[in-house]
Amino acid sequence: MSHHFIEFTDVGYVYPDGTRALSGISFTVLHGESVGLVGSNGAGKSTLLLQINGYLFPTVGTVNVGNVIVSRDTVNDVRRRVGVVFQNPDDQLFMPRVYDDVAFGPFNLGWDSKKVEEKTLEALQTVGCLDLKHRPPHRLSIGQKRAVSIATVLSMEPDILVMDEPSSNLDPRARRQLINLLRTFKHTRVIASHDLDLILDTCERTIVLHAGRIAADGPTPDILRDDALLAANNLERPLSLQNRKVQSSKFKVQINAQ
Amino acid sequence: MHMADALLSPAVGATFWAASGGAIIYASKKVRLEIDEKKIPLMGVLGAFIFAAQMINFTIPGTGSSGHLGGGMILAILLGPYAAFLTIASVLIIQALFFADGGLLALGCNIFNMGVFPCFVAYPLIYKNMVRDNPTAGKITAASVSSSVMALQMGAFSVVLQTLLSGRSELPFMSFVLAMLPIHLAIGIVEGFITAGVVNFVRQMRPEILEGAAESRPLSGLPIRNILASLAILALLTGGILSWFASSFPDGLEWSIAKVYGKAELPESAHNLGRILGGLQEKSAFLPDYGFKEPSSPENAIPETYKPEPWPAVSAGTSVSGVVGAALTAGLALLIGLALRKKR
Amino acid sequence: MASFDSAYFDIKYLDTLSYQDTAIHRLDPRVKLLTTAIFILTVVSFSKYELTALAPLLVFPVILVSRAALPVGLLFKKIVAVSPFAVLVGAFNPLFDQQIELYLGGVPVSGGWISFASILIRFMLTVSAALILIATTSFPGICLALERLKAPRALIVQLYFLYYFIFVLMDEALRMVRARNMRAFDGRGTGLRVYVHLLGALFLRAVDRAERVHQAMFSRAFNGHFYAARRTGITCQDGIFFLAWAAFFVLCRWYNISEIIGRTVLKMIDMI
Repeated sequence: MSHHFIEFTDVGYVYPDGTRALSGISFTVLHGESVGLVGSNGAGKSTLLLQINGYLFPTVGTVNVGNVIVSRDTVNDVRRRVGVVFQNPDDQLFMPRVYDDVAFGPFNLGWDSKKVEEKTLEALQTVGCLDLKHRPPHRLSIGQKRAVSIATVLSMEPDILVMDEPSSNLDPRARRQLINLLRTFKHTRVIASHDLDLILDTCERTIVLHAGRIAADGPTPDILRDDALLAANNLERPLSLQNRKVQSSKFKVQINAQ
Repeated sequence: MHMADALLSPAVGATFWAASGGAIIYASKKVRLEIDEKKIPLMGVLGAFIFAAQMINFTIPGTGSSGHLGGGMILAILLGPYAAFLTIASVLIIQALFFADGGLLALGCNIFNMGVFPCFVAYPLIYKNMVRDNPTAGKITAASVSSSVMALQMGAFSVVLQTLLSGRSELPFMSFVLAMLPIHLAIGIVEGFITAGVVNFVRQMRPEILEGAAESRPLSGLPIRNILASLAILALLTGGILSWFASSFPDGLEWSIAKVYGKAELPESAHNLGRILGGLQEKSAFLPDYGFKEPSSPENAIPETYKPEPWPAVSAGTSVSGVVGAALTAGLALLIGLALRKKR
Repeated sequence: MASFDSAYFDIKYLDTLSYQDTAIHRLDPRVKLLTTAIFILTVVSFSKYELTALAPLLVFPVILVSRAALPVGLLFKKIVAVSPFAVLVGAFNPLFDQQIELYLGGVPVSGGWISFASILIRFMLTVSAALILIATTSFPGICLALERLKAPRALIVQLYFLYYFIFVLMDEALRMVRARNMRAFDGRGTGLRVYVHLLGALFLRAVDRAERVHQAMFSRAFNGHFYAARRTGITCQDGIFFLAWAAFFVLCRWYNISEIIGRTVLKMIDMI
């Protein structure tokens, strides 16, 4: 099974209002690879991600997902195999109960009710939210929402996983749980994020996007140590790669006895 | 302008439920044929928007009373008539459930008054005709105001008719009309301007929404007549059947038979049925004399004018013993409630 | 926007109540919907002057409220606060119908007052029935009931989305209003102009959100058909609930129970 790959060939995209978002994008993601996508705000990360599942079609060039060229005719096939987790979980959780949201995808894929139930519960189990299945989504904490939104995509058993800012708004523990979860995945992954420490922990390769073009493409440790490259792109080293000396405060720390 | 259960009779309520239900089924079929699935979440969003907007009152300049947005016209212009109708219906359903606005039976009337008139009458006949292919800010404003006013006038008049036909209120027709229509004229004008404002805003910021609405096939004059005619027939049928049913409790049956045949004597065929039901009535009347047992006691005497007539005239339902019993029953009900209380 | 806040609070609160777990909450939503419908039809079927016969029907809302652990005070407040249209129109009855129909302990009571009181009682009964329905069934439950009762799919989809977006929009609106209030001083910044701008901004945000939801739906292979929820069967309890209440309502409609009780009691008092 070596066909869960993504290939962008000279892709360009112009929005209907004329804004040029992407130009000359070419790269290949191999089966099982995990690629981080970084860049300043407005560099075109989200636009690029939306090309992968066929929500947007390139104005120029081709997008090849698992040997299928993305086009109007093939989009239905493509979006079944690419799972996209969006930045804001509220946009993705619109069913009355968590269970319904996670079952939404499998149902749409036309699976029989037994399989739908099986995959839904499996996905919830994977993200550790099985006990939330009857809860209405608007009653979840942001960390739980994030986990559930990932489950909504996992239940479809996609070949390729695409994530847009997965750790935003998460508290440190939820964030760590997310990172641990991502490390267990075998899917081909593309993760766009400002959280460079997360990228460092989960992606072996990183692409840097700048003003709609690829500024760099290489192994993550190298990219995230290249200070000149980072500076030119409104980025800096991940905190774990910075040499920081933290001075202890002159104030006494008070811990209140419970 | 919300109709209320307390003012409705089952026949009127059921009739308008049948009419609204039919309209919902029709609109649902049409919406499913929509190719643009982007409209689906948009309907939800705009519905939520109208819902929120309805919670905010505005004072009508010059009168001091307040009104609130109906929203039917805005939705019709932005979504097309079918989607807009479903959206208004859904908003009213949620309001009826969460705010008890009017009631669940009156919901049928409300969906009709605030959905059918703007979406299926005012929008195609007035707005679309005035705006046609060349929408300018001025035309949109004029069309919005005219169609809003018409829709609200029709809706208000409909409320009057529904109340009158139900027979629970004593308000004379003319007084009611003179109270409702002028206020809703003022509300309609204000809503018209708000509608125009919203539509022009959307035209500037998100014109593709309007284009999406325009693509839905417009209703021309003829189909509307068909729709309204079939709705009316359906409504009459259902209403007729239900009023028969509602009045078929023993007392009422005789009354309605008398009404239908116009004479005290029942025709041969209905005699047997009448006898059986008459017998039932005898049994159900529990105590044959309606009057209170001591007519000589002045406080409790039923006045001379009172005759033990069958329904709908004033019956034993409002005698003294009834009042006493009602008070006791209510007290009993509350005691039962307290006794059955479940700890939270 | 005080009424706005309280309205939003009401929805949230009713929403919370509807997810409680009592025997009433566990009943099939179809059964609750149909029972409520019959209740309302019964209440409304009484003629203009039939007032006392309505009393025994009070048992229905009272029992449901206590068995479902609903807060009586709040429900009462809501009933009182709700649109006074019916009350307003009904208040004219005593004016237009002055014919004396009854003497209550020497005091003449006109038909108008009787029908007005009847309208008020009906109002209380029907409104409480609606609130109790949502408080014990939850909105998704009602949508499920409608689905099972074969309501059109497009309507149900719309109801789901509307419910979802109401909460989303309310949160956004609340945040925007809060942000505005923090920058408004001495009565400046809260006028109509700002309000209109806020509305406009809220609208655009809402439309953007709709687009993102559409993206999410698309990405999960949505094709116009909505997920039909799990199978829930009608149990014995559901059947008993429905039949018992339906029988009671018919009984109340057939016999004037208040009348019977009143007569009996007064007779007994007479005998003592």
